[in-house]
Amino acid sequence: MSYIAILLTFIFINNFILVQFLGLCPFIGVSKNSENAIGMGASVTFVTTVASVVTWAIYYFLLVPFNLQYLQTLTFILVIASLVQLLEMVIQKISPALYKALGIYLPLITTNCAVLGIAIINITNSYNVMEAFTAGLAAGLGFTLAIVLMSNIRERLDLMPVRGPYRGMPIAFISAGLMALAFMAFDKSLITNLHLV
Amino acid sequence: MKANIKELTKGIFKENPVFVIVLGLCPVLGVSSQVSNAIGMSAGVMFVLLFSNIIISALRKVIPSSIHIPAYIVVIASLVTITEMVMHAFVPSVYSALGVYLPLIVVNCIILGRAEAFASKNTVVDSILDAIGMSIGFALGITLIALIRELFGSGTITLFPMGNFSGVINIPWFYDNPIRVLALAPGALLIMGYLKAFFDWNTSRKKDK
Repeated sequence: MSYIAILLTFIFINNFILVQFLGLCPFIGVSKNSENAIGMGASVTFVTTVASVVTWAIYYFLLVPFNLQYLQTLTFILVIASLVQLLEMVIQKISPALYKALGIYLPLITTNCAVLGIAIINITNSYNVMEAFTAGLAAGLGFTLAIVLMSNIRERLDLMPVRGPYRGMPIAFISAGLMALAFMAFDKSLITNLHLV
Repeated sequence: MKANIKELTKGIFKENPVFVIVLGLCPVLGVSSQVSNAIGMSAGVMFVLLFSNIIISALRKVIPSSIHIPAYIVVIASLVTITEMVMHAFVPSVYSALGVYLPLIVVNCIILGRAEAFASKNTVVDSILDAIGMSIGFALGITLIALIRELFGSGTITLFPMGNFSGVINIPWFYDNPIRVLALAPGALLIMGYLKAFFDWNTSRKKDK
Protein backbone atom coordinates (compact mmCIF):
# COMPACT_ATOMS: atom_id res chain seq x y z
CA MET A 1 0.00 0.00 0.00
CA SER A 2 1.39 3.40 -0.88
CA TYR A 3 1.78 6.06 1.78
CA ILE A 4 -0.87 8.28 0.21
CA ALA A 5 -3.29 5.37 0.28
CA ILE A 6 -2.59 4.86 4.01
CA LEU A 7 -3.10 8.56 4.67
CA LEU A 8 -6.44 8.60 2.82
CA THR A 9 -7.56 5.37 4.47
CA PHE A 10 -6.99 6.51 8.03
CA ILE A 11 -8.09 10.13 7.64
CA PHE A 12 -11.25 9.61 5.58
CA ILE A 13 -12.24 6.04 4.71
CA ASN A 14 -11.67 4.49 8.15
CA ASN A 15 -11.83 7.70 10.18
CA PHE A 16 -10.97 6.68 13.73
CA ILE A 17 -13.92 8.40 15.37
CA LEU A 18 -16.72 8.40 12.86
CA VAL A 19 -16.19 4.97 11.31
CA GLN A 20 -14.24 2.90 13.83
CA PHE A 21 -15.46 4.58 17.05
CA LEU A 22 -11.97 4.69 18.61
CA GLY A 23 -11.44 7.63 20.95
CA LEU A 24 -15.08 8.53 21.46
CA CYS A 25 -14.71 9.57 25.12
CA PRO A 26 -12.52 12.64 24.38
CA PHE A 27 -14.51 13.24 21.20
CA ILE A 28 -17.69 13.79 23.22
CA GLY A 29 -15.96 15.17 26.35
CA VAL A 30 -13.52 17.74 24.94
CA SER A 31 -15.42 18.96 21.87
CA LYS A 32 -17.36 21.73 23.62
CA ASN A 33 -15.19 24.53 22.23
CA SER A 34 -12.87 24.64 19.25
CA GLU A 35 -9.79 25.84 21.15
CA ASN A 36 -9.74 22.75 23.37
CA ALA A 37 -10.58 20.54 20.40
CA ILE A 38 -7.51 21.74 18.49
CA GLY A 39 -5.32 21.18 21.57
CA MET A 40 -6.67 17.68 22.09
CA GLY A 41 -6.33 16.87 18.39
CA ALA A 42 -2.72 18.04 18.28
CA SER A 43 -1.79 16.05 21.39
CA VAL A 44 -3.44 12.88 20.10
CA THR A 45 -1.75 13.22 16.70
CA PHE A 46 1.61 13.66 18.39
CA VAL A 47 1.13 10.65 20.67
CA THR A 48 -0.31 8.29 18.03
CA THR A 49 2.62 9.05 15.72
CA VAL A 50 5.31 8.49 18.36
CA ALA A 51 3.49 5.51 19.89
CA SER A 52 3.09 3.82 16.49
CA VAL A 53 6.84 3.83 15.89
CA VAL A 54 7.79 2.88 19.47
CA THR A 55 5.29 0.01 19.79
CA TRP A 56 6.29 -1.23 16.33
CA ALA A 57 9.92 -1.37 17.43
CA ILE A 58 9.05 -3.06 20.73
CA TYR A 59 6.97 -5.69 18.94
CA TYR A 60 9.49 -6.60 16.27
CA PHE A 61 12.72 -6.24 18.26
CA LEU A 62 11.59 -7.47 21.68
CA LEU A 63 8.44 -9.60 21.49
CA VAL A 64 8.98 -11.47 18.20
CA PRO A 65 12.57 -12.70 18.90
CA PHE A 66 11.46 -14.19 22.22
CA ASN A 67 8.10 -15.54 20.92
CA LEU A 68 6.17 -13.35 23.32
CA GLN A 69 3.55 -12.00 20.87
CA TYR A 70 0.75 -12.93 23.29
CA LEU A 71 2.02 -10.23 25.68
CA GLN A 72 1.24 -7.58 23.05
CA THR A 73 -1.71 -5.95 24.87
CA LEU A 74 0.07 -5.84 28.24
CA THR A 75 3.32 -4.45 26.83
CA PHE A 76 1.69 -1.89 24.57
CA ILE A 77 -0.44 -0.31 27.28
CA LEU A 78 2.54 -0.07 29.64
CA VAL A 79 4.72 1.38 26.89
CA ILE A 80 2.05 3.91 25.96
CA ALA A 81 1.50 4.94 29.59
CA SER A 82 5.22 5.51 30.19
CA LEU A 83 5.62 7.17 26.80
CA VAL A 84 2.92 9.71 27.60
CA GLN A 85 4.60 10.46 30.94
CA LEU A 86 7.98 10.82 29.23
CA LEU A 87 6.60 13.06 26.50
CA GLU A 88 4.98 15.23 29.12
CA MET A 89 8.33 15.71 30.87
CA VAL A 90 10.27 16.27 27.63
CA ILE A 91 7.79 18.83 26.29
CA GLN A 92 7.78 20.65 29.62
CA LYS A 93 11.59 20.90 29.48
CA ILE A 94 12.02 21.75 25.79
CA SER A 95 9.06 23.95 25.03
CA PRO A 96 7.09 25.45 27.92
CA ALA A 97 4.78 27.16 25.40
CA LEU A 98 3.81 23.85 23.80
CA TYR A 99 3.43 22.31 27.25
CA LYS A 100 1.07 25.09 28.23
CA ALA A 101 -1.04 24.35 25.16
CA LEU A 102 -1.03 20.54 25.32
CA GLY A 103 -0.15 19.82 28.96
CA ILE A 104 -3.62 19.33 30.36
CA TYR A 105 -4.62 16.92 27.59
CA LEU A 106 -1.59 14.63 27.75
CA PRO A 107 -2.53 12.65 30.91
CA LEU A 108 -5.97 11.96 29.41
CA ILE A 109 -4.45 10.32 26.37
CA THR A 110 -3.17 7.16 28.08
CA THR A 111 -6.66 5.75 28.28
CA ASN A 112 -7.63 6.93 24.80
CA CYS A 113 -8.65 3.93 22.69
CA ALA A 114 -7.19 5.59 19.59
CA VAL A 115 -3.57 5.23 20.75
CA LEU A 116 -3.71 1.56 21.74
CA GLY A 117 -5.96 0.99 18.73
CA ILE A 118 -3.47 2.28 16.16
CA ALA A 119 -0.62 0.34 17.82
CA ILE A 120 -2.57 -2.92 17.48
CA ILE A 121 -3.85 -2.13 13.97
CA ASN A 122 -0.26 -1.52 12.78
CA ILE A 123 0.67 -5.03 13.92
CA THR A 124 -2.48 -6.74 12.53
CA ASN A 125 -1.92 -5.09 9.13
CA SER A 126 1.80 -6.08 9.33
CA TYR A 127 2.98 -2.62 8.33
CA ASN A 128 6.69 -1.79 8.11
CA VAL A 129 8.07 1.03 10.25
CA MET A 130 7.45 3.83 7.73
CA GLU A 131 3.91 2.60 7.07
CA ALA A 132 3.29 2.43 10.82
CA PHE A 133 4.54 6.02 11.18
CA THR A 134 2.25 7.18 8.35
CA ALA A 135 -0.73 5.30 9.77
CA GLY A 136 -0.14 6.81 13.23
CA LEU A 137 0.09 10.32 11.78
CA ALA A 138 -2.99 9.80 9.60
CA ALA A 139 -5.05 8.34 12.44
CA GLY A 140 -4.22 11.39 14.57
CA LEU A 141 -5.06 13.78 11.72
CA GLY A 142 -8.38 11.98 11.17
CA PHE A 143 -9.12 12.31 14.89
CA THR A 144 -8.25 16.03 14.78
CA LEU A 145 -10.43 16.61 11.72
CA ALA A 146 -13.45 14.96 13.34
CA ILE A 147 -13.06 16.63 16.75
CA VAL A 148 -12.49 20.12 15.29
CA LEU A 149 -15.53 19.82 12.99
CA MET A 150 -17.56 18.52 15.92
CA SER A 151 -16.52 21.40 18.20
CA ASN A 152 -17.62 23.93 15.58
CA ILE A 153 -20.98 22.21 15.28
CA ARG A 154 -21.40 22.17 19.06
CA GLU A 155 -20.51 25.86 19.38
CA ARG A 156 -23.35 26.61 16.98
CA LEU A 157 -25.70 24.15 18.65
CA ASP A 158 -25.28 26.08 21.91
CA LEU A 159 -27.09 29.00 20.28
CA MET A 160 -29.86 26.85 18.83
CA PRO A 161 -33.18 26.13 20.54
CA VAL A 162 -32.65 22.39 21.15
CA ARG A 163 -35.61 20.61 22.77
CA GLY A 164 -35.21 19.56 26.42
CA PRO A 165 -34.09 15.91 26.49
CA TYR A 166 -31.93 16.30 23.35
CA ARG A 167 -29.83 19.07 24.89
CA GLY A 168 -26.14 18.29 25.48
CA MET A 169 -24.95 14.78 24.76
CA PRO A 170 -27.85 13.32 22.74
CA ILE A 171 -27.75 16.07 20.12
CA ALA A 172 -23.95 15.68 19.98
CA PHE A 173 -24.33 11.98 19.17
CA ILE A 174 -26.97 12.66 16.55
CA SER A 175 -24.82 15.36 14.89
CA ALA A 176 -21.89 12.93 14.93
CA GLY A 177 -24.13 10.35 13.28
CA LEU A 178 -24.99 12.78 10.50
CA MET A 179 -21.28 13.58 10.08
CA ALA A 180 -20.57 9.85 9.84
CA LEU A 181 -23.23 9.65 7.14
CA ALA A 182 -21.28 12.24 5.14
CA PHE A 183 -18.03 10.33 5.71
CA MET A 184 -19.61 7.22 4.17
CA ALA A 185 -19.05 8.90 0.82
CA PHE A 186 -15.37 8.08 1.25
CA ASP A 187 -15.35 4.47 0.14
CA LYS A 188 -12.57 1.91 -0.38
CA SER A 189 -13.16 2.31 -4.12
CA LEU A 190 -11.62 5.80 -3.79
CA ILE A 191 -8.19 4.17 -3.46
CA THR A 192 -8.62 1.90 -6.49
CA ASN A 193 -10.14 4.67 -8.61
CA LEU A 194 -7.18 6.92 -7.90
CA HIS A 195 -4.80 4.03 -8.83
CA LEU A 196 -3.03 4.20 -5.49
CA VAL A 197 -2.69 0.45 -4.89
CA MET B 1 -27.85 -7.07 53.35
CA LYS B 2 -30.21 -4.48 51.93
CA ALA B 3 -27.27 -2.14 51.26
CA ASN B 4 -25.48 -4.92 49.41
CA ILE B 5 -28.41 -5.47 47.10
CA LYS B 6 -28.28 -1.77 46.28
CA GLU B 7 -24.68 -2.16 45.09
CA LEU B 8 -25.93 -4.83 42.70
CA THR B 9 -28.94 -3.06 41.26
CA LYS B 10 -27.54 0.46 40.94
CA GLY B 11 -25.42 -0.52 37.92
CA ILE B 12 -28.39 -1.95 36.06
CA PHE B 13 -30.62 1.12 35.93
CA LYS B 14 -29.79 4.09 38.11
CA GLU B 15 -26.08 4.22 37.24
CA ASN B 16 -26.21 2.29 33.97
CA PRO B 17 -22.65 2.59 32.59
CA VAL B 18 -23.74 2.96 28.96
CA PHE B 19 -26.67 5.36 29.09
CA VAL B 20 -26.30 7.24 32.36
CA ILE B 21 -22.56 7.47 33.07
CA VAL B 22 -21.71 7.17 29.33
CA LEU B 23 -18.45 5.26 29.70
CA GLY B 24 -16.72 2.71 27.49
CA LEU B 25 -18.42 3.79 24.31
CA CYS B 26 -15.87 2.50 21.79
CA PRO B 27 -16.93 -1.18 22.09
CA VAL B 28 -20.60 -0.27 22.59
CA LEU B 29 -20.79 1.40 19.20
CA GLY B 30 -18.04 -0.58 17.47
CA VAL B 31 -19.29 -4.14 17.93
CA SER B 32 -23.03 -3.58 18.21
CA SER B 33 -23.85 -4.42 14.59
CA GLN B 34 -24.71 -8.03 15.54
CA VAL B 35 -26.32 -9.41 18.68
CA SER B 36 -23.81 -12.28 18.94
CA ASN B 37 -20.86 -9.85 18.97
CA ALA B 38 -22.58 -7.77 21.64
CA ILE B 39 -23.00 -10.87 23.81
CA GLY B 40 -19.36 -11.87 23.25
CA MET B 41 -18.15 -8.39 24.21
CA SER B 42 -20.39 -8.39 27.31
CA ALA B 43 -18.93 -11.72 28.39
CA GLY B 44 -15.40 -10.37 27.98
CA VAL B 45 -16.15 -7.19 29.92
CA MET B 46 -17.97 -9.13 32.65
CA PHE B 47 -15.03 -11.50 33.18
CA VAL B 48 -12.42 -8.72 33.23
CA LEU B 49 -14.49 -6.39 35.44
CA LEU B 50 -15.37 -9.12 37.95
CA PHE B 51 -11.80 -10.34 38.43
CA SER B 52 -10.21 -6.88 38.32
CA ASN B 53 -12.63 -5.73 41.03
CA ILE B 54 -11.86 -8.85 43.13
CA ILE B 55 -8.06 -8.55 42.76
CA ILE B 56 -7.95 -4.79 43.28
CA SER B 57 -10.25 -4.76 46.30
CA ALA B 58 -8.30 -7.65 47.84
CA LEU B 59 -5.02 -5.78 47.28
CA ARG B 60 -6.32 -2.31 48.12
CA LYS B 61 -4.24 -2.06 51.31
CA VAL B 62 -1.07 -3.41 49.65
CA ILE B 63 -0.92 -1.23 46.52
CA PRO B 64 0.89 2.07 47.30
CA SER B 65 -1.28 5.02 46.34
CA SER B 66 1.48 6.73 44.33
CA ILE B 67 1.56 3.96 41.70
CA HIS B 68 -2.01 2.75 41.94
CA ILE B 69 -3.01 3.55 38.35
CA PRO B 70 -0.11 1.61 36.69
CA ALA B 71 -0.76 -1.28 39.09
CA TYR B 72 -4.45 -1.38 38.11
CA ILE B 73 -3.54 -1.24 34.43
CA VAL B 74 -1.21 -4.24 34.79
CA VAL B 75 -3.95 -6.26 36.53
CA ILE B 76 -6.53 -5.32 33.89
CA ALA B 77 -4.18 -5.92 30.95
CA SER B 78 -3.28 -9.40 32.24
CA LEU B 79 -6.96 -10.29 32.58
CA VAL B 80 -7.66 -9.00 29.07
CA THR B 81 -4.80 -11.13 27.71
CA ILE B 82 -6.36 -14.19 29.39
CA THR B 83 -9.75 -13.33 27.85
CA GLU B 84 -8.17 -12.91 24.41
CA MET B 85 -6.44 -16.31 24.61
CA VAL B 86 -9.56 -18.11 25.88
CA MET B 87 -11.78 -16.56 23.18
CA HIS B 88 -9.20 -17.30 20.47
CA ALA B 89 -9.14 -20.96 21.53
CA PHE B 90 -12.85 -21.64 22.13
CA VAL B 91 -14.90 -19.13 20.09
CA PRO B 92 -12.63 -18.13 17.16
CA SER B 93 -15.56 -16.65 15.19
CA VAL B 94 -16.38 -14.20 17.98
CA TYR B 95 -12.66 -13.51 18.47
CA SER B 96 -12.22 -12.43 14.85
CA ALA B 97 -15.50 -10.49 14.79
CA LEU B 98 -14.48 -8.45 17.85
CA GLY B 99 -11.06 -7.75 16.30
CA VAL B 100 -9.27 -4.74 17.73
CA TYR B 101 -12.08 -4.05 20.24
CA LEU B 102 -11.16 -7.09 22.36
CA PRO B 103 -7.67 -5.88 23.41
CA LEU B 104 -9.20 -2.41 23.77
CA ILE B 105 -11.11 -3.63 26.86
CA VAL B 106 -7.88 -2.57 28.63
CA VAL B 107 -8.63 1.10 28.02
CA ASN B 108 -12.37 0.70 28.57
CA CYS B 109 -13.16 3.48 31.03
CA ILE B 110 -15.77 1.36 32.87
CA ILE B 111 -13.17 -1.07 34.20
CA LEU B 112 -10.54 1.43 35.32
CA GLY B 113 -13.36 3.69 36.51
CA ARG B 114 -14.87 1.01 38.77
CA ALA B 115 -11.42 0.04 40.05
CA GLU B 116 -10.64 3.63 40.96
CA ALA B 117 -14.08 4.73 42.18
CA PHE B 118 -15.28 1.56 43.89
CA ALA B 119 -12.96 -1.44 44.28
CA SER B 120 -10.12 0.60 45.76
CA LYS B 121 -12.35 1.73 48.65
CA ASN B 122 -14.69 -1.19 49.34
CA THR B 123 -14.64 -4.79 50.55
CA VAL B 124 -14.30 -7.78 48.22
CA VAL B 125 -17.98 -8.80 48.58
CA ASP B 126 -19.28 -5.32 47.76
CA SER B 127 -16.87 -5.10 44.82
CA ILE B 128 -18.11 -8.41 43.41
CA LEU B 129 -21.71 -7.17 43.60
CA ASP B 130 -20.72 -3.86 42.04
CA ALA B 131 -18.92 -5.65 39.19
CA ILE B 132 -21.86 -7.97 38.53
CA GLY B 133 -24.35 -5.09 38.53
CA MET B 134 -22.19 -2.87 36.31
CA SER B 135 -21.50 -5.64 33.80
CA ILE B 136 -25.18 -6.57 33.62
CA GLY B 137 -25.93 -2.89 32.98
CA PHE B 138 -23.24 -2.79 30.28
CA ALA B 139 -24.53 -6.03 28.72
CA LEU B 140 -28.11 -4.72 28.66
CA GLY B 141 -26.99 -1.45 27.07
CA ILE B 142 -24.84 -2.97 24.33
CA THR B 143 -27.35 -5.76 23.58
CA LEU B 144 -30.21 -3.26 23.34
CA ILE B 145 -28.29 -1.18 20.78
CA ALA B 146 -27.25 -4.31 18.87
CA LEU B 147 -30.82 -5.64 18.85
CA ILE B 148 -32.22 -2.39 17.45
CA ARG B 149 -29.43 -2.06 14.87
CA GLU B 150 -29.64 -5.63 13.66
CA LEU B 151 -33.43 -5.90 13.67
CA PHE B 152 -34.07 -2.68 11.75
CA GLY B 153 -30.79 -2.58 9.83
CA SER B 154 -30.74 -6.08 8.35
CA GLY B 155 -33.89 -7.81 9.62
CA THR B 156 -32.00 -10.61 11.33
CA ILE B 157 -30.96 -11.56 14.86
CA THR B 158 -27.64 -13.38 14.99
CA LEU B 159 -27.05 -15.72 17.93
CA PHE B 160 -24.58 -18.57 18.27
CA PRO B 161 -24.93 -21.61 15.96
CA MET B 162 -25.95 -24.78 17.83
CA GLY B 163 -26.65 -28.14 16.18
CA ASN B 164 -29.08 -27.68 13.29
CA PHE B 165 -29.68 -24.05 14.19
CA SER B 166 -27.47 -21.83 12.01
CA GLY B 167 -27.52 -19.01 14.55
CA VAL B 168 -29.29 -16.48 12.32
CA ILE B 169 -33.00 -15.76 12.84
CA ASN B 170 -34.72 -13.94 9.96
CA ILE B 171 -37.53 -11.63 11.03
CA PRO B 172 -40.15 -11.77 8.22
CA TRP B 173 -41.21 -8.19 7.45
CA PHE B 174 -38.01 -6.47 8.57
CA TYR B 175 -35.86 -8.80 6.43
CA ASP B 176 -37.51 -7.49 3.27
CA ASN B 177 -37.50 -3.84 4.34
CA PRO B 178 -34.17 -3.18 6.07
CA ILE B 179 -33.04 0.35 6.95
CA ARG B 180 -29.45 -0.37 5.91
CA VAL B 181 -27.93 2.78 7.42
CA LEU B 182 -28.67 1.54 10.95
CA ALA B 183 -26.39 -1.46 10.46
CA LEU B 184 -23.56 0.84 9.33
CA ALA B 185 -21.43 3.24 11.37
CA PRO B 186 -23.78 6.30 11.36
CA GLY B 187 -26.65 4.16 12.68
CA ALA B 188 -24.73 3.36 15.86
CA LEU B 189 -24.26 7.07 16.65
CA LEU B 190 -27.85 8.01 15.77
CA ILE B 191 -29.35 5.22 17.91
CA MET B 192 -27.02 6.06 20.79
CA GLY B 193 -28.18 9.70 20.56
CA TYR B 194 -31.89 8.83 20.58
CA LEU B 195 -31.54 6.27 23.39
CA LYS B 196 -29.53 8.73 25.49
CA ALA B 197 -32.25 11.35 24.93
CA PHE B 198 -34.87 8.81 26.03
CA PHE B 199 -32.94 7.94 29.22
CA ASP B 200 -32.37 11.64 30.03
CA TRP B 201 -36.07 12.32 29.51
CA ASN B 202 -36.95 9.37 31.74
CA THR B 203 -34.64 10.59 34.54
CA SER B 204 -35.94 14.16 34.40
CA ARG B 205 -39.54 12.90 34.41
CA LYS B 206 -38.87 10.90 37.58
CA LYS B 207 -37.25 13.92 39.21
CA ASP B 208 -40.27 16.09 38.51
CA LYS B 209 -42.62 13.71 40.34
